Amino acid sequence: MNISARNTDYKELNAALRDAKGDCSITDCLGQRFIAAGMSDKNIKITGIPGNALGAYLNGAVLEVMGNAQDAVGDTMNDGKIIVHGNIGDAAGYAMRGGKIFVKGNAGYRAGIHMKAYKEKQPIMVIGGKCGSFLGEYQAGGTIIVLGLSNDRKNIVGNYPSTGMHGGKIYLRSDCHGIKFPSQVTAHAADATDIEQIRPAVSEFAELFGLNAEEILSAPFTVVTPDSKNPYKQMYVAN
Amino acid sequence: MQNIYINPEFEVIRNENRCIKCRVCERQCANEVHSYDADLNLLISDETKCVNCQRCVSLCPTKALKIVKNDCRLRENANWSDSTIKEIYKQASSGGVLLSSMGNPNPLPVYWDKILINASQVTNPPIDPLREPMETKVFLGKKPEKVQRDKNGNLICNTPPQLELSMPVMFSAMSYGSISYNAHASLARAATELGILYNTGEGGLHEDFYCYGKNTIVQVASGRFGVHKDYLEAGAAVEIKMGQGAKPGIGGHLPGAKIVGDVSRTRMIPEGSDAISPAPHHDIYSIEDLRQLVFSLKEATEYQKPIIVKVAAVHNIAAIASGIARSGADIIAIDGFRGGTGAAPTRIRDNVGIPIELALASVDSRLREEGIRNNVSLVVGGSIRSASDVVKAIALGADACYIATAAVLALGCHLCRTCQTGKCNWGIATQNPELVKRLNPDIGSQHLINLMTAWKHEIKELMGGMGINSIEALKGNRLMLRGVGLNDRELSILGISHAGE
Repeated sequence: MNISARNTDYKELNAALRDAKGDCSITDCLGQRFIAAGMSDKNIKITGIPGNALGAYLNGAVLEVMGNAQDAVGDTMNDGKIIVHGNIGDAAGYAMRGGKIFVKGNAGYRAGIHMKAYKEKQPIMVIGGKCGSFLGEYQAGGTIIVLGLSNDRKNIVGNYPSTGMHGGKIYLRSDCHGIKFPSQVTAHAADATDIEQIRPAVSEFAELFGLNAEEILSAPFTVVTPDSKNPYKQMYVAN
Repeated sequence: MQNIYINPEFEVIRNENRCIKCRVCERQCANEVHSYDADLNLLISDETKCVNCQRCVSLCPTKALKIVKNDCRLRENANWSDSTIKEIYKQASSGGVLLSSMGNPNPLPVYWDKILINASQVTNPPIDPLREPMETKVFLGKKPEKVQRDKNGNLICNTPPQLELSMPVMFSAMSYGSISYNAHASLARAATELGILYNTGEGGLHEDFYCYGKNTIVQVASGRFGVHKDYLEAGAAVEIKMGQGAKPGIGGHLPGAKIVGDVSRTRMIPEGSDAISPAPHHDIYSIEDLRQLVFSLKEATEYQKPIIVKVAAVHNIAAIASGIARSGADIIAIDGFRGGTGAAPTRIRDNVGIPIELALASVDSRLREEGIRNNVSLVVGGSIRSASDVVKAIALGADACYIATAAVLALGCHLCRTCQTGKCNWGIATQNPELVKRLNPDIGSQHLINLMTAWKHEIKELMGGMGINSIEALKGNRLMLRGVGLNDRELSILGISHAGE
């Protein structure tokens, strides 16, 4: 079913989505926020530009955006998939606790902030391009993969990556020279085992965007992991 | 490195004539103060570990124990108090930030105690609540500006979602993790029985308590622990926690040691991992950003649930509340500087924030002046201690009150203020299964029901005395209040006259 977003606000658009049976496409999307918030059982293809908080609390639905998306993609997402063929804004996957986000282009600041994981719930975010500052801030679980496939001269990640990180893993497809990590994490060159762990996610990414997974995986990767699950333990004295 | 010796704060006095060496005190004390010396056939005490929670005193079958303030003090000094000096010793020995629990205990003004309630005499006679109907029911949520009718003159019912409370009191946020499963069970069951609501706090909702959803407020904080579609759907309302009275400007931090078993599962983070809720929501830097979170929650819950925004009472609270009232939120919860906590840095708890009485009065006035008071309901907490505090809060302009310290006291808390250790001997602020089972939810919920039932009677009596038979007629009725011993500035902020005027 096709829903034209022309002249509709987010409330109408989401109401139409909820009423629609089966898979949907949204055309002429122009900044409507909260698209598919909390939805679980649909495949939704979006042309145009969705607004902030695309797929907030997403609970199993699959969203595919043919262009760019804005801030807070997949905010507090629980399950499902968000595929973006362009770039995305800030705070993508805030407190994401399940599902997958694939972005062909770049991500803004604070991607993967508060990402969590628990047993079988293991969220994955793959950014094809580069990321802004504070990547994986307070990350508590899950996997963030940044591939740096864009051709600009920027670093693969901006300043202060993994600040407050205390769980999960970040993979950066770079030797990370010149990138400063905080003292509570360890960054090391990925070995074969590390690469095997991300092969399924990178293969899925490559297939989605028509790229070659082996080529992507053949470059050096850096893995960032936290040293402690309790980074603030020593700071207090009982009074 | 050797620590500086600090005198124990308390002394355990054991009446040897009464002590029957049953060793109950030893078994009951998770702090391991008491131990039995078999050679001497004596119970001995290590007072350095005593927190004065009164567990041993309460359970000693022969009442052989008392805990008293240790009179071995440092030399008196009006500038350098005993506790100030000891804090220096603790920090010099450890290099740590001082961490405290429960609300600010310092002798700062309690405005409730300087406000007096009116009663009718001769004219406008008092009402006897035992024989006249008295309405204590309140509805929380955005109220329509005016009645709308369709072209046939029929009412258009488009009232935004409301919370219905049998009395203007709710149990405020305490997370599963900071308090125990049995404490949550007690609160949930009591709220359901009473027709009021309790609040999950930021630790998610245990699956066993989804059945109490109609009486549950689910909280969304900066760490978003346990937040997912089913959780949002489960509650009657969703509360966005921006701040709390005990630690304005500071986030929450549940140490990994408390993230065990079901707490870990409910928060959806691995066992032993710290649960960090930073001070800011990193996607909220403005009222517009707050509006985005408010409406993302409304979209996710299909506009069926009121959204509460909770903030700490701070200096510019009136302007902040005015912004929140324009953000699309349905209810504003304001938490005063006396509000309790499972753990907060001492300096923050004791020095940041303002009294709820002043915050409430100035917010209510500001929203009225701006003509947006009906956009939101106001809920206040941060040391509401009695039915008379509730009545004073309503008369100052609140729609309802949040209580938590009073609620945990009803569950058996003795306010020893060491929740941060996780060794609560009363089974409240602990995850140790042996301690948790000391709190029986059948008894706990009954105590909460008793307390609220008693307060409801008292509220009715106070209302009746004023000749008011509906809580709605008391709301914002500041003529029913007078200040005593307050200066002009305080009276003007509170919007009340001095006693005798």
